[in-house]
Amino acid sequence: MAAVASNPEQVRFLTLLIRRRTVLVGLMVLLTIACVAILAPVIAPYAPNKLSVVNRLKPPSATFWFGTDEFGRDVLSRTIYAGQLSLLVGVCVVCFASVFGIALGLVAGFFRRLDTPVARFIDAMMAFPDILLAIALVAALGPSLATVIVALGIVYTPRLARIVRASTLVIRELPYVEAARALGVSTWRIMTRHVLRNLVSPILVQATFIFAYAMLAEAGLSFLGLGVSPEVPTWGTMIAAGRQYVGRADWMTLFPGIAIILSVLSLQMVGDGLRDLLDPRFRKDL
Amino acid sequence: MTASDILLRVENLSKHFPTKTGSVKAVDGVTFDIKRGTIVGLVGESGSGKTTAGRCTLRLIEPSGGRLIFDGKDLLSLSEREMRSYRRRMQIVFQDPYSSLNPRMRVEDIIGEAIDTHNLARGAAKRERIAELLTRVGLDPEHGRRYPHEFSGGQRQRIGIARALAVEPEFIVADEPVSALDVSVQAQVLNLIQDLQQSYGLTMLFIAHDLSVVEYLCDEVVVMYLGRVMERGPSRSVYAMPRHPYTQALLSAAPVPNPKAHRQRVILQGDIPSPMNPPSGCVFRTRCPYAIDACAEVVPPLDPIAPDHHVACIRRDDPVVLSQGKRL
Repeated sequence: MAAVASNPEQVRFLTLLIRRRTVLVGLMVLLTIACVAILAPVIAPYAPNKLSVVNRLKPPSATFWFGTDEFGRDVLSRTIYAGQLSLLVGVCVVCFASVFGIALGLVAGFFRRLDTPVARFIDAMMAFPDILLAIALVAALGPSLATVIVALGIVYTPRLARIVRASTLVIRELPYVEAARALGVSTWRIMTRHVLRNLVSPILVQATFIFAYAMLAEAGLSFLGLGVSPEVPTWGTMIAAGRQYVGRADWMTLFPGIAIILSVLSLQMVGDGLRDLLDPRFRKDL
Repeated sequence: MTASDILLRVENLSKHFPTKTGSVKAVDGVTFDIKRGTIVGLVGESGSGKTTAGRCTLRLIEPSGGRLIFDGKDLLSLSEREMRSYRRRMQIVFQDPYSSLNPRMRVEDIIGEAIDTHNLARGAAKRERIAELLTRVGLDPEHGRRYPHEFSGGQRQRIGIARALAVEPEFIVADEPVSALDVSVQAQVLNLIQDLQQSYGLTMLFIAHDLSVVEYLCDEVVVMYLGRVMERGPSRSVYAMPRHPYTQALLSAAPVPNPKAHRQRVILQGDIPSPMNPPSGCVFRTRCPYAIDACAEVVPPLDPIAPDHHVACIRRDDPVVLSQGKRL
């Protein structure tokens, strides 16, 4: 953290960020979820796939805090373990979409000749509804964890590419880029040092939203049976399995549902806070 | 005047921007010379193409036509790679001191990038050079650790000047370097520019819309209107006796620090016409107080009226125009 906050502006920014209550709460919830997921083997009271026929569909109790499912597996333990996969999907999708989105956006924004083909391609991708495109991609590639990540990565790449392209178009024309060109600075260096460095904030904001969307979409795909195989606990597969028991064993869908809501909501809160703080028009209201 | 006295010869330079409804002739056949060690002022109102012309001379905007002879070499014949070695010899100072410095880079990195790009110094020598440059433009060497937003407009402009000087250029385009600054700071920065020009023997193209600044600083003046040169010549003779009605109008609009001075003001009517559809013949005729029918027919050539003094007006010898010039 010390390296990140090396200059006073960044320190001031971090304090402002923490001082916003929504951001602070969001960050704390996120950190808690992440820690619980990572420490699942230590925290979870039972193994996620431990069957116990005598304990089928038990409501929440002192032994099973979140109840049990139709095979007698502990819902709490499964919810905790499911967090690992959901977070993993979120992180991987954000990385995938960032790498390709930034590359595409920079190329489109910086090289006039490539702009039209790349921008049209991005627009065409965005014309598909997210989940529909993801379903089509998973169906084509075959359902597995890797496919889900790649498919969602492809789905969210245009979102980042579009933002990067738009900002690149603006920054490309600024005098400090012109000054670098006048000095004979190489195009690669101009793109990384002058353009990309000034794009960090919009990319960061977008990344938090993509993280949230990716977790939701993964749950959606798993729910539809297009994600990972049903016995692997993810919040999506758990809700899918619990669907048949709604009314009889609501806890099977309730707790993974709460987990999704909490993580998506806290990510959105952090993202909103970041966006407001990084936008000078909002900053003065603080 | 021998050819070697001239560092930059701009010949018939044009820049046409294609648009859906026709091309915009931002710069249209501009010709002038800049002698070594002199400052040439490029003046004109907004939209006259002076900034585009300045960018074109450094190939920051690719000209549509013409020649740029820099130290005997036509810059437009060079590839982007060959141009890179010339970049070290020619630099630019921008109008806006805020957007001309990357907000995410420290001052020492901004200046250091210029040094790195041309492998001028490394390590301790580079740090020393940065400190020297900062001192030279009137800043504290300690300021190198700071970010641009921690400085005032005038200080930022000094940083921009230090960046341009870092590569030891021969030629600098100064694009309205003081027009975004407070008046009190303008004079300081102008003095700095003049001081640097004299001590390093720099050759400069000074773009401005403020004629008093140009008179103070420049050896020669080029007056542009709607992409074309209206008049050019030594500052002294242009200011003493402006021959083009447009130059006369510009000069009559400049304030004179003498409340008792009486002047015949030339008030121009209307706005500068669209460069998409410039008037036929002389582009200034629609706003010229002396325009006659003949002005619409021919594009007035830039004729010499004295050594180095050229005017593009078919009525330049007309008594009415002459007497207005004398009255200023």
